[in-house]
Amino acid sequence: MSEVKYSKEHEWIKLDGDTAVIGITQHATEMLGDIVFVELPEIGSSVAKDGNAGVVESTKAASDIYTPVSGEIIENNQAIVDDPAKVNNDPENEAWFFKLKITDKSEMDSLMNKEEYEKFSKESGS
Amino acid sequence: MENIKTALYNLHQKHGAKFVPFAGYQMPIQYSKGIIEEHKSTRKNAGIFDVSHMGQLFIKGDDTLAKSLERIFPAELSNAKLNQSKYSFLMNEEAGIYDDLIITKVEGGFNIVLNAACKNTDFKLLSKLLEDKYEMILSEELSLIAIQGPKAVQILEKIINGVSDLKFMNGDTFNYLKENIYITRSGYTGEDGFEISIKNDDAEAFVQKLIDEGASLIGLGARDTLRLEAGLCLYGHDMDINKSPVEANLKWAISKNRILEGGFIGCEKIKSQIENGVSKIRVGIKPEGRIIAREKTSIFSEDDKNIGEITSGTFGPSVQAPVAMGYVENSFSKIDTKVFLEVRGKKYPAIISNLPFYKKSYVKGASK
Repeated sequence: MSEVKYSKEHEWIKLDGDTAVIGITQHATEMLGDIVFVELPEIGSSVAKDGNAGVVESTKAASDIYTPVSGEIIENNQAIVDDPAKVNNDPENEAWFFKLKITDKSEMDSLMNKEEYEKFSKESGS
Repeated sequence: MENIKTALYNLHQKHGAKFVPFAGYQMPIQYSKGIIEEHKSTRKNAGIFDVSHMGQLFIKGDDTLAKSLERIFPAELSNAKLNQSKYSFLMNEEAGIYDDLIITKVEGGFNIVLNAACKNTDFKLLSKLLEDKYEMILSEELSLIAIQGPKAVQILEKIINGVSDLKFMNGDTFNYLKENIYITRSGYTGEDGFEISIKNDDAEAFVQKLIDEGASLIGLGARDTLRLEAGLCLYGHDMDINKSPVEANLKWAISKNRILEGGFIGCEKIKSQIENGVSKIRVGIKPEGRIIAREKTSIFSEDDKNIGEITSGTFGPSVQAPVAMGYVENSFSKIDTKVFLEVRGKKYPAIISNLPFYKKSYVKGASK
Protein backbone atom coordinates (compact mmCIF):
# COMPACT_ATOMS: atom_id res chain seq x y z
CA MET A 1 0.00 0.00 0.00
CA SER A 2 1.33 3.42 -0.91
CA GLU A 3 1.65 6.36 1.40
CA VAL A 4 -1.27 8.66 2.13
CA LYS A 5 -1.40 11.76 -0.05
CA TYR A 6 -3.26 15.01 0.45
CA SER A 7 -4.99 17.60 -1.72
CA LYS A 8 -5.26 21.35 -1.36
CA GLU A 9 -8.97 20.87 -0.80
CA HIS A 10 -8.13 18.96 2.40
CA GLU A 11 -8.89 15.45 1.19
CA TRP A 12 -6.66 12.47 1.95
CA ILE A 13 -6.19 9.57 -0.46
CA LYS A 14 -4.72 6.13 0.09
CA LEU A 15 -3.97 3.97 -2.95
CA ASP A 16 -3.98 0.15 -2.81
CA GLY A 17 -3.39 -1.27 -6.28
CA ASP A 18 -6.03 0.41 -8.45
CA THR A 19 -8.30 1.18 -5.52
CA ALA A 20 -8.15 4.57 -3.84
CA VAL A 21 -9.81 5.35 -0.50
CA ILE A 22 -10.68 9.02 -0.06
CA GLY A 23 -11.77 11.07 2.92
CA ILE A 24 -11.35 14.50 4.47
CA THR A 25 -8.56 15.46 6.83
CA GLN A 26 -8.63 16.13 10.55
CA HIS A 27 -7.72 19.72 9.73
CA ALA A 28 -10.76 19.97 7.45
CA THR A 29 -13.11 18.73 10.18
CA GLU A 30 -11.67 21.25 12.60
CA MET A 31 -12.45 24.05 10.16
CA LEU A 32 -15.92 22.74 9.39
CA GLY A 33 -17.05 22.17 12.96
CA ASP A 34 -19.75 19.64 13.86
CA ILE A 35 -20.73 17.70 10.75
CA VAL A 36 -24.46 16.97 10.57
CA PHE A 37 -24.99 15.89 6.97
CA VAL A 38 -23.01 13.91 4.39
CA GLU A 39 -23.87 13.27 0.75
CA LEU A 40 -21.70 10.81 -1.19
CA PRO A 41 -21.27 10.07 -4.88
CA GLU A 42 -23.28 7.13 -6.20
CA ILE A 43 -21.64 3.76 -6.77
CA GLY A 44 -20.89 3.33 -10.46
CA SER A 45 -20.62 7.05 -11.17
CA SER A 46 -17.50 8.53 -12.73
CA VAL A 47 -15.73 11.43 -11.10
CA ALA A 48 -13.03 13.62 -12.57
CA LYS A 49 -9.98 14.95 -10.74
CA ASP A 50 -10.87 18.08 -8.70
CA GLY A 51 -14.53 17.53 -9.57
CA ASN A 52 -17.42 17.53 -7.18
CA ALA A 53 -17.82 14.27 -5.28
CA GLY A 54 -20.20 14.90 -2.42
CA VAL A 55 -21.18 17.43 0.20
CA VAL A 56 -20.64 17.84 3.92
CA GLU A 57 -22.66 20.20 6.03
CA SER A 58 -21.86 21.48 9.47
CA THR A 59 -24.35 23.33 11.66
CA LYS A 60 -22.95 26.47 10.04
CA ALA A 61 -22.62 25.79 6.30
CA ALA A 62 -22.44 23.37 3.39
CA SER A 63 -19.11 22.51 1.74
CA ASP A 64 -18.37 20.56 -1.41
CA ILE A 65 -16.12 17.52 -1.38
CA TYR A 66 -13.77 17.17 -4.33
CA THR A 67 -12.04 14.07 -5.55
CA PRO A 68 -8.27 14.46 -5.82
CA VAL A 69 -8.10 11.85 -8.65
CA SER A 70 -10.34 10.61 -11.48
CA GLY A 71 -12.08 7.26 -11.40
CA GLU A 72 -15.19 5.19 -10.98
CA ILE A 73 -16.88 5.05 -7.57
CA ILE A 74 -16.91 1.47 -6.32
CA GLU A 75 -17.97 1.92 -2.71
CA ASN A 76 -19.28 4.69 -0.46
CA ASN A 77 -19.36 4.78 3.32
CA GLN A 78 -23.02 4.61 4.29
CA ALA A 79 -22.05 4.65 7.98
CA ILE A 80 -21.14 8.35 7.81
CA VAL A 81 -24.37 9.20 5.99
CA ASP A 82 -26.32 7.56 8.82
CA ASP A 83 -24.16 9.09 11.54
CA PRO A 84 -22.29 12.16 10.25
CA ALA A 85 -20.70 12.79 13.66
CA LYS A 86 -18.34 9.89 12.85
CA VAL A 87 -16.54 12.25 10.48
CA ASN A 88 -15.54 14.50 13.37
CA ASN A 89 -14.53 11.56 15.51
CA ASP A 90 -12.27 9.65 13.13
CA PRO A 91 -11.95 11.41 9.76
CA GLU A 92 -8.74 9.77 8.60
CA ASN A 93 -9.69 6.14 9.31
CA GLU A 94 -13.19 4.86 10.04
CA ALA A 95 -14.96 7.83 8.44
CA TRP A 96 -13.59 7.46 4.89
CA PHE A 97 -15.95 8.87 2.23
CA PHE A 98 -15.68 6.71 -0.88
CA LYS A 99 -13.50 4.24 -2.76
CA LEU A 100 -12.81 4.55 -6.45
CA LYS A 101 -11.05 2.66 -9.17
CA ILE A 102 -8.35 5.07 -10.28
CA THR A 103 -8.05 5.73 -14.01
CA ASP A 104 -4.68 7.48 -14.08
CA LYS A 105 -2.19 6.80 -11.31
CA SER A 106 -0.01 9.69 -12.43
CA GLU A 107 -2.64 12.03 -10.97
CA MET A 108 -1.24 11.01 -7.58
CA ASP A 109 2.07 12.70 -8.37
CA SER A 110 0.82 16.25 -7.99
CA LEU A 111 -0.61 15.60 -4.52
CA MET A 112 1.17 16.46 -1.29
CA ASN A 113 2.76 14.08 1.18
CA LYS A 114 1.99 14.36 4.90
CA GLU A 115 4.80 16.79 5.63
CA GLU A 116 3.92 19.04 2.68
CA TYR A 117 0.25 18.98 3.62
CA GLU A 118 0.93 19.92 7.23
CA LYS A 119 2.99 22.85 6.05
CA PHE A 120 0.30 23.81 3.54
CA SER A 121 -2.57 23.71 6.01
CA LYS A 122 -0.59 25.70 8.56
CA GLU A 123 0.33 28.37 6.03
CA SER A 124 -3.06 28.62 4.39
CA GLY A 125 -4.52 28.92 7.88
CA SER A 126 -7.82 28.06 6.37
CA MET B 1 -13.17 49.82 10.30
CA GLU B 2 -11.86 47.68 13.11
CA ASN B 3 -14.41 45.37 14.69
CA ILE B 4 -15.32 46.26 18.26
CA LYS B 5 -14.30 43.85 21.01
CA THR B 6 -16.71 43.32 23.88
CA ALA B 7 -15.61 43.44 27.53
CA LEU B 8 -15.53 39.63 27.49
CA TYR B 9 -13.15 39.33 24.55
CA ASN B 10 -10.21 38.03 26.61
CA LEU B 11 -12.39 35.53 28.41
CA HIS B 12 -13.75 34.28 25.08
CA GLN B 13 -10.21 33.84 23.85
CA LYS B 14 -9.22 31.97 26.99
CA HIS B 15 -12.04 29.51 26.31
CA GLY B 16 -10.87 28.79 22.78
CA ALA B 17 -13.35 31.00 20.94
CA LYS B 18 -13.39 31.17 17.16
CA PHE B 19 -14.30 34.73 16.32
CA VAL B 20 -16.35 36.09 13.44
CA PRO B 21 -17.19 39.64 12.52
CA PHE B 22 -20.84 40.29 13.34
CA ALA B 23 -22.59 43.65 13.00
CA GLY B 24 -19.29 45.47 13.50
CA TYR B 25 -18.26 43.37 16.50
CA GLN B 26 -15.75 40.60 16.92
CA MET B 27 -17.98 37.86 18.33
CA PRO B 28 -17.38 34.21 19.31
CA ILE B 29 -19.15 31.83 16.92
CA GLN B 30 -18.14 28.82 19.01
CA TYR B 31 -15.69 27.67 21.66
CA SER B 32 -13.49 24.59 21.74
CA LYS B 33 -16.31 22.10 22.43
CA GLY B 34 -18.25 23.04 19.29
CA ILE B 35 -21.77 24.11 18.43
CA ILE B 36 -23.61 20.86 19.15
CA GLU B 37 -22.07 20.39 22.60
CA GLU B 38 -22.78 24.04 23.41
CA HIS B 39 -26.35 23.70 22.22
CA LYS B 40 -26.94 20.57 24.30
CA SER B 41 -25.35 21.97 27.42
CA THR B 42 -27.69 24.99 27.21
CA ARG B 43 -30.73 22.70 26.97
CA LYS B 44 -29.51 20.45 29.78
CA ASN B 45 -27.61 22.76 32.07
CA ALA B 46 -26.99 26.48 31.53
CA GLY B 47 -25.31 28.51 28.80
CA ILE B 48 -23.79 31.98 29.02
CA PHE B 49 -24.15 34.25 25.98
CA ASP B 50 -22.27 37.49 25.45
CA VAL B 51 -24.88 39.68 23.81
CA SER B 52 -23.09 42.93 24.56
CA HIS B 53 -23.18 43.83 20.88
CA MET B 54 -26.90 44.43 21.23
CA GLY B 55 -28.06 47.99 21.82
CA GLN B 56 -29.13 48.99 25.32
CA LEU B 57 -31.11 52.18 24.98
CA PHE B 58 -32.54 54.12 27.89
CA ILE B 59 -35.15 56.75 27.14
CA LYS B 60 -35.74 59.06 30.05
CA GLY B 61 -39.10 60.70 30.36
CA ASP B 62 -42.15 61.67 32.35
CA ASP B 63 -45.71 60.38 31.93
CA THR B 64 -45.91 61.72 28.38
CA LEU B 65 -43.16 59.34 27.23
CA ALA B 66 -45.32 56.20 27.27
CA LYS B 67 -47.89 57.93 25.07
CA SER B 68 -45.18 59.19 22.73
CA LEU B 69 -43.76 55.67 22.42
CA GLU B 70 -47.23 54.29 21.74
CA ARG B 71 -47.35 56.50 18.66
CA ILE B 72 -44.35 54.49 17.43
CA PHE B 73 -44.72 50.94 18.81
CA PRO B 74 -47.77 48.64 18.62
CA ALA B 75 -47.44 47.72 22.32
CA GLU B 76 -49.40 48.77 25.39
CA LEU B 77 -46.93 50.93 27.23
CA SER B 78 -49.14 53.44 29.09
CA ASN B 79 -50.51 50.70 31.30
CA ALA B 80 -47.29 48.69 31.51
CA LYS B 81 -46.32 47.88 35.06
CA LEU B 82 -42.95 48.92 36.38
CA ASN B 83 -40.35 46.33 35.29
CA GLN B 84 -42.64 44.68 32.77
CA SER B 85 -41.11 43.83 29.36
CA LYS B 86 -42.88 43.78 25.99
CA TYR B 87 -41.69 42.35 22.70
CA SER B 88 -42.40 44.84 19.91
CA PHE B 89 -41.37 46.23 16.54
CA LEU B 90 -40.06 49.43 15.06
CA MET B 91 -41.87 49.70 11.73
CA ASN B 92 -42.35 51.97 8.77
CA GLU B 93 -45.76 53.13 7.50
CA GLU B 94 -46.02 49.96 5.41
CA ALA B 95 -45.51 47.91 8.59
CA GLY B 96 -42.09 46.77 7.30
CA ILE B 97 -39.89 45.88 10.26
CA TYR B 98 -36.85 48.08 10.96
CA ASP B 99 -36.11 46.08 14.07
CA ASP B 100 -37.65 43.80 16.65
CA LEU B 101 -36.95 44.77 20.23
CA ILE B 102 -37.78 44.37 23.91
CA ILE B 103 -39.18 47.39 25.75
CA THR B 104 -39.10 47.40 29.54
CA LYS B 105 -40.71 50.01 31.74
CA VAL B 106 -38.17 51.09 34.32
CA GLU B 107 -37.86 53.79 36.95
CA GLY B 108 -37.85 57.13 35.11
CA GLY B 109 -38.44 55.83 31.59
CA PHE B 110 -38.05 52.83 29.31
CA ASN B 111 -35.20 50.49 28.47
CA ILE B 112 -35.14 49.14 24.95
CA VAL B 113 -32.89 46.29 23.80
CA LEU B 114 -32.10 46.58 20.09
CA ASN B 115 -30.45 44.31 17.54
CA ALA B 116 -26.74 45.03 17.08
CA ALA B 117 -26.95 45.63 13.34
CA CYS B 118 -29.90 48.01 13.74
CA LYS B 119 -29.08 49.94 16.89
CA ASN B 120 -27.50 53.04 15.38
CA THR B 121 -30.18 53.55 12.75
CA ASP B 122 -32.87 52.78 15.37
CA PHE B 123 -31.39 55.47 17.59
CA LYS B 124 -31.47 58.09 14.84
CA LEU B 125 -34.96 57.13 13.79
CA LEU B 126 -36.29 57.16 17.35
CA SER B 127 -34.68 60.54 18.09
CA LYS B 128 -36.41 61.93 15.04
CA LEU B 129 -39.76 60.33 15.82
CA LEU B 130 -39.60 61.56 19.42
CA GLU B 131 -38.55 65.00 18.12
CA ASP B 132 -35.60 65.07 20.54
CA LYS B 133 -38.01 65.70 23.39
CA TYR B 134 -36.56 63.02 25.61
CA GLU B 135 -33.08 62.22 26.75
CA MET B 136 -31.88 59.06 25.01
CA ILE B 137 -28.79 57.12 26.03
CA LEU B 138 -27.46 54.29 23.89
CA SER B 139 -25.06 52.81 26.38
CA GLU B 140 -21.46 52.03 25.61
CA GLU B 141 -20.60 51.34 29.25
CA LEU B 142 -22.87 48.35 29.71
CA SER B 143 -22.40 44.72 28.76
CA LEU B 144 -25.36 42.41 28.27
CA ILE B 145 -24.99 38.81 29.41
CA ALA B 146 -27.64 36.15 28.97
CA ILE B 147 -27.77 32.95 30.98
CA GLN B 148 -30.15 30.38 29.56
CA GLY B 149 -31.16 26.84 30.38
CA PRO B 150 -32.92 24.80 33.06
CA LYS B 151 -30.15 25.45 35.60
CA ALA B 152 -29.88 29.18 34.85
CA VAL B 153 -32.07 30.13 37.79
CA GLN B 154 -30.22 28.15 40.44
CA ILE B 155 -26.84 29.28 39.17
CA LEU B 156 -27.73 32.95 39.01
CA GLU B 157 -29.57 32.83 42.35
CA LYS B 158 -26.31 31.76 44.02
CA ILE B 159 -24.67 34.95 42.83
CA ILE B 160 -27.61 37.35 42.96
CA ASN B 161 -30.16 36.68 45.62
CA GLY B 162 -33.77 37.07 44.59
CA VAL B 163 -33.63 36.51 40.84
CA SER B 164 -35.71 33.34 41.16
CA ASP B 165 -38.69 35.53 42.11
CA LEU B 166 -38.69 37.26 38.71
CA LYS B 167 -41.48 36.30 36.34
CA PHE B 168 -40.94 35.71 32.64
CA MET B 169 -40.73 39.00 30.70
CA ASN B 170 -40.21 40.96 33.91
CA GLY B 171 -37.14 42.66 35.27
CA ASP B 172 -35.81 44.32 38.40
CA THR B 173 -32.84 46.11 39.84
CA PHE B 174 -30.53 43.98 41.97
CA ASN B 175 -27.56 44.75 44.10
CA TYR B 176 -24.25 43.26 43.01
CA LEU B 177 -20.88 44.36 44.42
CA LYS B 178 -22.58 47.48 45.77
CA GLU B 179 -23.69 48.39 42.27
CA ASN B 180 -27.19 48.34 40.88
CA ILE B 181 -27.58 45.97 37.98
CA TYR B 182 -30.69 45.37 35.95
CA ILE B 183 -31.86 41.81 35.25
CA THR B 184 -34.80 40.58 33.20
CA ARG B 185 -36.16 37.06 32.98
CA SER B 186 -36.03 36.58 29.24
CA GLY B 187 -33.96 35.18 26.44
CA TYR B 188 -33.95 33.81 22.97
CA THR B 189 -33.27 30.10 23.21
CA GLY B 190 -36.62 28.59 24.19
CA GLU B 191 -35.25 28.04 27.68
CA ASP B 192 -35.85 29.75 30.97
CA GLY B 193 -33.20 32.36 31.59
CA PHE B 194 -32.08 35.87 32.34
CA GLU B 195 -30.44 38.83 30.71
CA ILE B 196 -28.11 40.81 32.91
CA SER B 197 -27.13 44.36 32.13
CA ILE B 198 -23.85 45.03 33.89
CA LYS B 199 -21.01 47.56 33.74
CA ASN B 200 -18.28 46.59 31.28
CA ASP B 201 -15.70 46.71 34.07
CA ASP B 202 -17.57 44.11 36.12
CA ALA B 203 -18.63 41.84 33.26
CA GLU B 204 -15.68 39.47 33.07
CA ALA B 205 -15.54 38.72 36.81
CA PHE B 206 -19.30 38.23 36.85
CA VAL B 207 -19.22 35.76 33.97
CA GLN B 208 -16.32 33.92 35.62
CA LYS B 209 -18.58 33.40 38.65
CA LEU B 210 -21.29 31.95 36.43
CA ILE B 211 -18.70 29.59 34.96
CA ASP B 212 -17.47 28.62 38.44
CA GLU B 213 -21.07 27.79 39.37
CA GLY B 214 -21.35 25.40 36.42
CA ALA B 215 -22.57 27.41 33.41
CA SER B 216 -20.56 27.41 30.19
CA LEU B 217 -19.90 29.94 27.45
CA ILE B 218 -21.97 29.55 24.27
CA GLY B 219 -21.22 31.15 20.91
CA LEU B 220 -23.38 32.65 18.19
CA GLY B 221 -23.48 29.32 16.33
CA ALA B 222 -25.39 27.53 19.07
CA ARG B 223 -27.41 30.65 19.75
CA ASP B 224 -28.66 30.29 16.18
CA THR B 225 -29.53 26.57 16.43
CA LEU B 226 -31.22 27.17 19.80
CA ARG B 227 -33.37 30.06 18.62
CA LEU B 228 -34.29 28.26 15.42
CA GLU B 229 -35.45 25.17 17.31
CA ALA B 230 -37.47 27.52 19.50
CA GLY B 231 -39.07 29.00 16.35
CA LEU B 232 -37.73 32.48 17.07
CA CYS B 233 -36.93 34.94 14.28
CA LEU B 234 -33.52 36.32 13.48
CA TYR B 235 -33.68 39.89 12.24
CA GLY B 236 -32.26 40.36 8.74
CA HIS B 237 -33.16 36.77 7.89
CA ASP B 238 -36.63 35.76 9.09
CA MET B 239 -37.83 39.34 9.21
CA ASP B 240 -36.77 42.61 7.61
CA ILE B 241 -38.03 45.88 6.17
CA ASN B 242 -39.98 44.02 3.45
CA LYS B 243 -41.97 41.93 5.92
CA SER B 244 -44.60 42.93 8.44
CA PRO B 245 -45.20 41.38 11.87
CA VAL B 246 -48.40 39.82 10.48
CA GLU B 247 -46.48 38.21 7.62
CA ALA B 248 -43.80 37.14 10.11
CA ASN B 249 -46.58 35.33 12.01
CA LEU B 250 -45.97 37.51 15.05
CA LYS B 251 -49.44 38.97 15.29
CA TRP B 252 -49.57 37.87 18.93
CA ALA B 253 -46.99 40.54 19.75
CA ILE B 254 -49.30 43.32 18.60
CA SER B 255 -51.74 44.42 21.25
CA LYS B 256 -55.40 44.00 20.23
CA ASN B 257 -56.31 47.16 22.10
CA ARG B 258 -53.67 49.09 20.23
CA ILE B 259 -55.03 47.86 16.90
CA LEU B 260 -58.52 49.03 17.87
CA GLU B 261 -57.22 52.32 19.17
CA GLY B 262 -54.75 52.82 16.29
CA GLY B 263 -52.30 55.69 16.16
CA PHE B 264 -48.97 53.83 15.80
CA ILE B 265 -46.77 53.75 12.74
CA GLY B 266 -47.86 51.03 10.30
CA CYS B 267 -51.24 50.64 12.02
CA GLU B 268 -53.37 50.92 8.88
CA LYS B 269 -51.34 48.28 7.08
CA ILE B 270 -51.46 45.93 10.07
CA LYS B 271 -55.24 46.37 10.33
CA SER B 272 -55.76 45.66 6.67
CA GLN B 273 -53.47 42.60 6.78
CA ILE B 274 -55.34 41.18 9.75
CA GLU B 275 -58.70 41.79 8.08
CA ASN B 276 -57.82 40.72 4.55
CA GLY B 277 -55.04 38.24 5.21
CA VAL B 278 -51.53 38.25 3.79
CA SER B 279 -50.20 36.66 0.63
CA LYS B 280 -47.09 35.20 2.25
CA ILE B 281 -46.57 34.05 5.81
CA ARG B 282 -43.74 32.67 7.93
CA VAL B 283 -44.00 28.97 8.74
CA GLY B 284 -41.91 26.22 10.28
CA ILE B 285 -40.61 23.64 7.80
CA LYS B 286 -39.30 20.18 8.56
CA PRO B 287 -37.34 18.50 5.78
CA GLU B 288 -37.74 14.73 5.59
CA GLY B 289 -34.54 12.77 6.20
CA ARG B 290 -31.35 14.66 6.97
CA ILE B 291 -31.23 17.20 4.15
CA ILE B 292 -30.55 20.74 5.38
CA ALA B 293 -32.32 23.60 3.63
CA ARG B 294 -30.53 26.87 4.24
CA GLU B 295 -31.52 30.50 3.75
CA LYS B 296 -32.62 31.29 0.14
CA THR B 297 -33.63 27.68 -0.63
CA SER B 298 -36.67 27.73 -2.94
CA ILE B 299 -39.87 26.06 -1.76
CA PHE B 300 -42.16 24.27 -4.23
CA SER B 301 -45.68 22.91 -4.03
CA GLU B 302 -46.53 19.31 -4.89
CA ASP B 303 -47.44 20.45 -8.42
CA ASP B 304 -44.02 22.10 -8.73
CA LYS B 305 -44.99 25.74 -8.35
CA ASN B 306 -42.51 28.01 -6.62
CA ILE B 307 -44.36 29.08 -3.47
CA GLY B 308 -41.70 30.63 -1.29
CA GLU B 309 -38.25 30.68 0.21
CA ILE B 310 -36.41 29.45 3.31
CA THR B 311 -35.14 32.25 5.57
CA SER B 312 -33.24 30.14 8.15
CA GLY B 313 -32.33 26.50 8.21
CA THR B 314 -29.95 24.24 10.05
CA PHE B 315 -29.69 20.94 11.87
CA GLY B 316 -31.46 21.02 15.24
CA PRO B 317 -29.25 19.21 17.75
CA SER B 318 -32.07 18.70 20.29
CA VAL B 319 -34.72 17.86 17.69
CA GLN B 320 -32.11 15.54 16.11
CA ALA B 321 -33.32 16.55 12.66
CA PRO B 322 -33.02 19.40 10.21
CA VAL B 323 -35.28 22.38 10.93
CA ALA B 324 -36.11 25.50 8.91
CA MET B 325 -38.33 28.53 8.69
CA GLY B 326 -39.45 30.36 5.63
CA TYR B 327 -42.19 32.24 3.88
CA VAL B 328 -44.79 30.47 1.74
CA GLU B 329 -47.92 31.55 -0.06
CA ASN B 330 -50.69 31.65 2.47
CA SER B 331 -52.66 28.80 0.90
CA PHE B 332 -49.72 26.46 1.55
CA SER B 333 -49.19 27.48 5.16
CA LYS B 334 -51.37 24.86 6.82
CA ILE B 335 -49.59 22.47 9.19
CA ASP B 336 -48.65 19.14 7.52
CA THR B 337 -48.83 20.56 3.98
CA LYS B 338 -46.34 18.69 1.85
CA VAL B 339 -43.80 20.86 0.05
CA PHE B 340 -40.48 20.40 -1.74
CA LEU B 341 -37.18 22.12 -1.13
CA GLU B 342 -34.65 22.61 -3.90
CA VAL B 343 -31.19 21.87 -2.54
CA ARG B 344 -28.23 21.69 -4.97
CA GLY B 345 -30.56 21.26 -7.92
CA LYS B 346 -32.60 18.40 -6.46
CA LYS B 347 -36.03 18.61 -4.85
CA TYR B 348 -36.49 17.04 -1.43
CA PRO B 349 -39.79 16.52 0.41
CA ALA B 350 -40.61 18.50 3.55
CA ILE B 351 -43.67 19.40 5.58
CA ILE B 352 -45.02 22.62 7.00
CA SER B 353 -44.58 22.22 10.72
CA ASN B 354 -45.74 23.70 13.98
CA LEU B 355 -43.42 26.12 15.73
CA PRO B 356 -41.56 25.77 17.98
CA PHE B 357 -39.71 22.64 16.92
CA TYR B 358 -38.49 22.35 20.47
CA LYS B 359 -40.90 22.82 23.35
CA LYS B 360 -40.27 25.89 25.47
CA SER B 361 -39.84 25.68 29.19
CA TYR B 362 -40.26 29.31 30.24
CA VAL B 363 -41.16 29.97 33.84
CA LYS B 364 -44.47 31.77 33.71
CA GLY B 365 -45.05 32.28 37.42
CA ALA B 366 -42.56 33.01 40.14
CA SER B 367 -40.66 29.93 41.17
CA LYS B 368 -38.85 29.22 44.36
